[in-house]
Amino acid sequence: MRHSEVINVALVGNPNTGKSLLFNQLTGLNQKVSNYPGVTVEKKTGTSKMQGEVFAKITDLPGTYSINPSSLDENIVLQTFIGIDKSNYPDVVVVVADVENLKRNLFLFSQIKDLEIPAILVINMSDRMEKKGISIDIELLKKELKSEVVLISARKRLGIGKVKRAIANYKEANTLKIADIADRIDAQFFKELKEKFADTSLYKAWLLVTQSQNLTSIPPKFKDRIESFEADKIKLNKMQNKETILRYQYINHILKKTYITDAEKATGMRHKIDKVLTHKIFGYVIFALILLLIFQSIFDWATVPMDLIDSTFANLSEWTKNQLPEGVFSNLLVEGIIPGIGGIVIFIPQIAILFLFIAILEETGYMSRVVFLMDKIMRRFGMSGKSVVPLVSGTACAIPAIMAARNIEGWKERLVTILVTPFTTCSARLPVYAILIALIIPQQRILGIFSLQGLALMSLYLLGFVSAIVSGWLLNKTLKVKGKSFFIIEMPDYKIPSLKNIVFTVLEKTKAFVFGAGKIILAISIILWFLASNGPASFDNAEKIVKSKVENKQLNQDELEKQIATYKLENSYIGIAGKAIEPAIKPLGYDWKIGIALITSFAAREVFVSTLATIYSVEDNENTNTIKERMGAEINQDTGKKRFNFPVGMSLLVFYAFAMQCVSTLAIVKRETNSWKWPLLQLFGMTALAYLASFITFTVLS
Amino acid sequence: MSTTIADLIVGEIGVIDDIPFDSVPLKLLEMGCLPGKEVELMQIAPLKDPLYIKVNGSHLAIRKETASLIKVTKIKNLCDILKS
Ligand SMILES: Nc1nc2c(ncn2[C@@H]2O[C@H](COP(=O)(O)OP(=O)(O)OP(=O)(O)O)[C@@H](O)[C@H]2O)c(=O)[nH]1
Ligand SMILES: [Mg+2]
Repeated sequence: MRHSEVINVALVGNPNTGKSLLFNQLTGLNQKVSNYPGVTVEKKTGTSKMQGEVFAKITDLPGTYSINPSSLDENIVLQTFIGIDKSNYPDVVVVVADVENLKRNLFLFSQIKDLEIPAILVINMSDRMEKKGISIDIELLKKELKSEVVLISARKRLGIGKVKRAIANYKEANTLKIADIADRIDAQFFKELKEKFADTSLYKAWLLVTQSQNLTSIPPKFKDRIESFEADKIKLNKMQNKETILRYQYINHILKKTYITDAEKATGMRHKIDKVLTHKIFGYVIFALILLLIFQSIFDWATVPMDLIDSTFANLSEWTKNQLPEGVFSNLLVEGIIPGIGGIVIFIPQIAILFLFIAILEETGYMSRVVFLMDKIMRRFGMSGKSVVPLVSGTACAIPAIMAARNIEGWKERLVTILVTPFTTCSARLPVYAILIALIIPQQRILGIFSLQGLALMSLYLLGFVSAIVSGWLLNKTLKVKGKSFFIIEMPDYKIPSLKNIVFTVLEKTKAFVFGAGKIILAISIILWFLASNGPASFDNAEKIVKSKVENKQLNQDELEKQIATYKLENSYIGIAGKAIEPAIKPLGYDWKIGIALITSFAAREVFVSTLATIYSVEDNENTNTIKERMGAEINQDTGKKRFNFPVGMSLLVFYAFAMQCVSTLAIVKRETNSWKWPLLQLFGMTALAYLASFITFTVLS
Repeated sequence: MSTTIADLIVGEIGVIDDIPFDSVPLKLLEMGCLPGKEVELMQIAPLKDPLYIKVNGSHLAIRKETASLIKVTKIKNLCDILKS
């Protein structure tokens, strides 16, 4: 594409106006789309053909109400225009506006225009105009705004071609300012500013002066010039307020001539729904019922497809076993890798259902109502109502959840949210919980409806939430972090979810989970298998040593082979390592094999099950088809009883509920907090808590 | 004592008289909450905080501490609502 023209396009606009959906339609990529303000929290770039040989590099940016940021995600927009990285400076800005709130969207548009950069106004959601009684005089609007204006519906795919054409012809777009308000804010101030910053646009100079604290790096040539202007913060603040008022006056003036809306049609429906969903009592009751429905479907209804997958994988193992010659490698495949992968695939139904519910909650617009309902409660625990979104989506995966915390305005509330999110039960814990519960909790129903195993799983989810909340409270009391916190959230209108969008989201997320986990499991299984089937001298001489040990005992061939295999495993590299850490985990009720699984699952929790499967597969040649059976058959050498008895199982469950076992989460926390301090606090704090809690559990129960 | 948004009853409408620029975040103004605009209290969260308001075409939730800084003059009060 070198030889053809590539236009740099930035998609900017208020939150929730459909920027990401338009981006997806232009580029064919899959940015997350949702009816919640603040879904996109980092920029994403894709390429698209505009016209003939003209291509565009399109950047989807987080939504913002103003170029003046008040949270981290919004800051990205400011950096795009004022940052020192000139290589990414857009050639043209596409401002995506929501037709239902054109006024507020034009506020941002007028700021962008003041940057004296080519800008196109795309008015989205035209499909809703009729229902809301809105009509716009586009031609007049074009004239008033001195800009290209395109009316589209991203969801209905109407007008996408027009957007492409406007981008391709961006050079025709003018760079005229539209709101000439500088003189009316403070003529003297702006005159001086203009003189000092003759080499850049006046508005850019104004942003440099007012936003210097939000800029990670200020171009050196401006640095010393800024200082004299930014000294009087109170005056600047006052001027910013005046600027806002003047901008709105100007916009009102334009919209009076071009925009008509029917107030009753516009908000009638949402009032009625809001009355119920945010009602004093019903509000909470409905929220609780929704949560209950999610749990019920995950723990009960999902079991039908899960059993199907389970038996399919058992058959696959069996079949592969019959196809391959006997040997250690086919052992690894049949008893390590296939069950390990199966141990993940089996959770697709549960995870997909969970993703489905989260997607529906967000797409309808309900999530903002939960935020509204929960803010007061969450504040007591050092968080904001907006923390509900990370905590709920943390049940899928902590990584996007932690990033979602970017749109929380206050640093302390955001930090607490980031720190406690890993306590929520993510989907990677599900495989571990499920197998342990199946081993130690009987398959019974109480009162004929609630399955005991389902209840156990539900309690673990609750334990996750409760520990997140309690640690939030503790952190709130102990953390000494400065910084004001405030809370403003837009309540988007309810929307009927787009089926296509939801199916897509669920598929994408599920695929990512399975492949992500699959790769790690494969890699770790192979490494482990190698380390378990090799070792120093005592490993190579295992047969001789065992034979000489048991000389005087009468053993048949089978028992002898078993003893040799066990000896070999214990003297392999992995065995030596495991034995070395055994003293540390013995108080929790674990043996060295579980210890190895604990260590490998520091990479990712779901590796726990496949690790045990691999280790057992090296040792044992018996016919056990599922990991569950094999784990159930494992004997504790000291007691001669089952290894995974009730106390050990409970101790492990507690350990996994608390332990910070996910390298990727730690890496994200490092990135989001910009310091090693917080991920290390999480790592050591949560691991210590896990150790202590497991120790108590095991000691009390046994 | 003057009336603020926090003193409105659900359904009441007031016109914003004054917003103290040094204690109310700029973001709120930028979202359309400006002097001279009508503000309607839509809902109060069950624990009396935050408040759900409609102002200048935007539907917003703000905390009580912010709402109680914004002075308003009631133009449509509970009596009017009950009458209609
Ligand atoms: N009815 C209708 N809904 C739309 C249209 N375009 C987008 N939406 C919906 O609007 C919501 C927001 O879309 P997004 O693409 O996530 O918006 P965004 O601007 O990227 O939002 P942020 O990332 O939060 O800034 C989603 O629920 C979309 O399905 C449209 O043309 N018509
Ligand atoms: Mg987006």
